[in-house]
Amino acid sequence: MSENGKPKFAMYWAASCGGCEIAVLNIHEKILDFDANFEVAFWPVAMDAKYKDVEALEDGEILLTLFNGGIRNDENEHIAKLLRQKSQIMVAFGSCANEGCIPGLANLSPIESLFETVYNTVSTENEEGIRPQSSYEMPEGTIHIPEMYPVLRTLDQVIDVDYYMPGCPPESHQVAAVVDLVISVVKGEAVLPPKGTVIGAGNSTVCDECERTRNVKKIKKFVRIQDIERFDPEICLLEQGLICNGPATLSGCMAKCPTSGAPCVGCYGPGPRVLDYGARMVAALASVIDSRDPVEIEAILDGIVDPAGTFYKFNLAHSLLKTGKASWNGN
Amino acid sequence: MTKPFEPMIIGFTCNWCSYRAADLAGTSRKKYPPNIRLVRMMCSGRLDPVFVLEAFSGGADGVMITGCHPGECHYIEQNFKALRRVLLLKRTIEPLGINPQRLKLVWASASEGNLFAKEVETFIGEVRDLGPLNWQKRAMRNDLRLVESLPEEVPV
Repeated sequence: MSENGKPKFAMYWAASCGGCEIAVLNIHEKILDFDANFEVAFWPVAMDAKYKDVEALEDGEILLTLFNGGIRNDENEHIAKLLRQKSQIMVAFGSCANEGCIPGLANLSPIESLFETVYNTVSTENEEGIRPQSSYEMPEGTIHIPEMYPVLRTLDQVIDVDYYMPGCPPESHQVAAVVDLVISVVKGEAVLPPKGTVIGAGNSTVCDECERTRNVKKIKKFVRIQDIERFDPEICLLEQGLICNGPATLSGCMAKCPTSGAPCVGCYGPGPRVLDYGARMVAALASVIDSRDPVEIEAILDGIVDPAGTFYKFNLAHSLLKTGKASWNGN
Repeated sequence: MTKPFEPMIIGFTCNWCSYRAADLAGTSRKKYPPNIRLVRMMCSGRLDPVFVLEAFSGGADGVMITGCHPGECHYIEQNFKALRRVLLLKRTIEPLGINPQRLKLVWASASEGNLFAKEVETFIGEVRDLGPLNWQKRAMRNDLRLVESLPEEVPV
């Protein structure tokens, strides 16, 4: 509790893009309700704060922490553990913290090739071949920068997480609903859901929220969105041969992408009782291919250009296999 | 002295043909190496790809799926579904670093005990040549909370 009697709030970004912070600000005037009920203790994107300020807090002094981003380096890990210690409620906020998201796709490559891409490609001006070093001797003393880990880990692979809030980023109406819930809990008007609950999402799949017409699916050819001039605006995108991840994806976004003509990419993560997102997509797509001939099936499957990247776009770091073999090196 | 590598194979067999083939191999005293652990399902079409990933992530070096011959499925055409799933799954696990040869689909009818035993033996040989996968040990290192509780060397 702060001096003005308001419970404390923290939000941190680890390996993420910053879209989650924008999603929070995107709740519009509700942010005023939020400000009226919470004291921001630590939110590097929104206001100045130092790590030592957080370290100075009592354990459990922060009521609510929204943590977005995966754990990619030792700074991320340190802050995750620190905030866990200082917070009563830790929410894995957004796809990166939940399941790795796009930064998690780097788990398909060894760390050396990541550095190679960033510091040594044709378009990079780095004639001296400078690479980041985690510590460097200066006349004034040794300076440190965070050391990158060989793989990206999700938040719950590093610390204990109370609630999961999926989405890339979480939809603003869902953020607003969660904010409302927490405020009413603070006021004593509601109780928190059981630990480990997925909050701010539906309990079905994107297909259930999608308003497109669904018939029996028989796919003879997979196409990419740029390959075809015009799609039927009413019919299910998967039926038209587009790879839509709706069948495996948790609902809660009101099926915004498929409704507006873009296939679902799966940012809300695995749906209820889906153990492995990619496996569910393999099962779903293989079931609707209309062929019994191995040669023809292979030809149809050629239309899925990047199966691992398509089925694990958001979920690789939290899949059953957790990572690609390449990133084992050095781990 | 280190023990020679013995692959761990998980086999998913369908109730109506290929499990009977395994049964026949047993009752007719056909010998094949004991590296395979069979799991009976009602149909190869019941195979959720998650079973295969669970097997690999849990320490299997190879996964073998057996079903009725095309056209002979007890549930009309579900073995074709298994075929499509296996073909797509092979394409999915390859970029992740699992050699698709570690996953095999075999058709065996109830009378083909000999064929079943031979296929199992061949597959075990193939996986032995590929070497241990050891995914469980490697992937667990990615979970920081588990690293501390992990023994230094997990027996193969």
